[in-house]
Amino acid sequence: MTVFLDNVLGGIALGAVYALVALGFVVIFKASGVLNFAHGSLLLFGGYLTAVLHDDLGFAGALALAVLTTAALAGALDRFLLQRGGQDAHSAHVQTIVTIGIDIVLLTDLSRRIGGDLLSLGDPWGDAVTDLGPVTVADSRLAAIVVSAVVIGGVFALFRFTSWGLSLRAAAEDLEAASLMGVRLGRVRAGAWCLAGALAALAAVFLAAFPAPGLERSTGLIALNAFPAAILGGLASPTGALAGSLLIGLTEALVVGYQSELHVLGEGFGDVAPYAVMLLVLLVRPTGLFGAKGAARV
Amino acid sequence: MVCLAVALCLPPFYLDAFWLRIGLFAMAAAIGAVGLALLTGTAGQLSLGHAFFLATGAYGYTWLAGEPGPGLPPALAALLAVLLAGAAGGLFSPVAGRVKGIYLGIATLALVFLGHHVLLTADSVTGGFNGRSVPPFTLGGFTFGAGDPELTVLGVPFGAEERLWFLGLALFAFTWFTARGLLRGRPGRALAALRDSETAAAVMGVDVARHRSAAFVVSSMYAGLAGVLLALSFRRVVPDYFSLVLSVDYLAMIVIGGLGSVAGATAGAVFVTALPLLMTRYADQLPLVAAPGSADGSVGPTEAARYLYGAAIVLVLLYAPDGLHGLARRARDRIRRRRPRAPATDPALSPPQPAATARSKEHTP
Repeated sequence: MTVFLDNVLGGIALGAVYALVALGFVVIFKASGVLNFAHGSLLLFGGYLTAVLHDDLGFAGALALAVLTTAALAGALDRFLLQRGGQDAHSAHVQTIVTIGIDIVLLTDLSRRIGGDLLSLGDPWGDAVTDLGPVTVADSRLAAIVVSAVVIGGVFALFRFTSWGLSLRAAAEDLEAASLMGVRLGRVRAGAWCLAGALAALAAVFLAAFPAPGLERSTGLIALNAFPAAILGGLASPTGALAGSLLIGLTEALVVGYQSELHVLGEGFGDVAPYAVMLLVLLVRPTGLFGAKGAARV
Repeated sequence: MVCLAVALCLPPFYLDAFWLRIGLFAMAAAIGAVGLALLTGTAGQLSLGHAFFLATGAYGYTWLAGEPGPGLPPALAALLAVLLAGAAGGLFSPVAGRVKGIYLGIATLALVFLGHHVLLTADSVTGGFNGRSVPPFTLGGFTFGAGDPELTVLGVPFGAEERLWFLGLALFAFTWFTARGLLRGRPGRALAALRDSETAAAVMGVDVARHRSAAFVVSSMYAGLAGVLLALSFRRVVPDYFSLVLSVDYLAMIVIGGLGSVAGATAGAVFVTALPLLMTRYADQLPLVAAPGSADGSVGPTEAARYLYGAAIVLVLLYAPDGLHGLARRARDRIRRRRPRAPATDPALSPPQPAATARSKEHTP
């Protein structure tokens, strides 16, 4: 029972971090129709900045600067590279491939700088643990759950209550109508990219914190597990991304936790379990759990 | 056409093994890219799972022709490997027939990860992490490998690369003509109609689910063929080669080439395959690049190649969103428009050229 609770808590913490990343995918997809393949390297960029700066600025200062810089980088990439391609469906497809090119350049540069090192981000939790009844949890995991909940709540409020959120929802619904109503599509888009960049930089901290050894060049790859999370929930639905992330986080934690019982499936099945779950869900619901089935027009 | 065919037969007589190997990889990539162009460009189904089908072909051939395994004659093994890749595509059709667009792209991404996992775990068939060596291809007693029988044509000793070059050329020619035939015939039109509007196509009598699944199967078979050729050129198959990066490379090929055309996919395949190899070889002659293994923090040739590859993808797509195919078409139109100007007396009398200016229908992935 304790093992089970342990795994569930670990799963929720993992899911909370995936949710930060998946929400980034969803926000970008809603605003621009682009699937951002460069998200992993943006995450790595944020983590790297925090790691380099925390000696001079302290953890909080470094994190704040990293979040801002990553947001600015993401926004600039969209504004100065992607938006040159236009806004229609065909160009969104082309822009998706452009993000692959951006990812290759960014990832090459960051891998060269990080090399084979394990970077510490200097987070305040260290390897401290807290006893919650029968289970022992790492403080960094509790922090991940709390911070993610607060930040995601903030993002949802942003969608719901600000004029930018309204513009974003309008643009996602119908680009042309939104632009006729005076929504500045370029700015809304760039804003969405900034938000996604900030979320990615924040997620990097928790992906590199205690149970993990630190920030390494493959940390960005973990962000790929947020792909199934975003798809599972329905790519255009923030709520779906949240639900999908928790599901993926729990699946991964439970499969890893009970690996000895599941060894029929082979060693390291935990890494691919999210994809297996996603395939099963897509078989039943082709547009994800919360995705709306679009009306077809001829 | 004949001139081109003759020109493609010449390289083994003049170029060394390095160039021939680049050519071989490019031909294998072109076969796979044509398959993906059929699926993503014409049928509008985004696929990130191409690496999985390449792996099915490569490992299928290696296992069927090798020891441990049934040890079939290589020609039969190659044929069966292609069919096996097709069957794998068919097994995926419950998903491929229902899931659309970006969702399908990520669903096929799952195939790559699950496939990679299987390749690592099923040691007895795939050799696990270290992979397996690939038995050479033989056809009617003639080996497409080094030696046996020794062969010298026009004073040039024919080793493995020279022989495989002609095998690759034959397979590529087969791909080129079958794919063009498919695209220009009924199935190609049905798929294009499906891409542009599913409802309209269904009303016109196109069986939607069947055509989607069929596109997936055919595309997987081309990928399987490419996998066989890749395995033969590498002479060893390892799981880590067939990763997400490979799938993404194929997607980059068809987008750089221009979606939905066989020639474009070929051009994209040559571009994406040859660029990193050439860069790695000649990078030390570029400025700002250090020799491999020098001090930390400097840019090595492999990294320089990756930088340029990434930048090339971004630049090509920013300045030519229709890819190389679109670029070529625009250049051709411009030449054509310039030519009639000399003899033409009255521009108003010359026939209008709607095709030159009209942008083709947008592809919805």
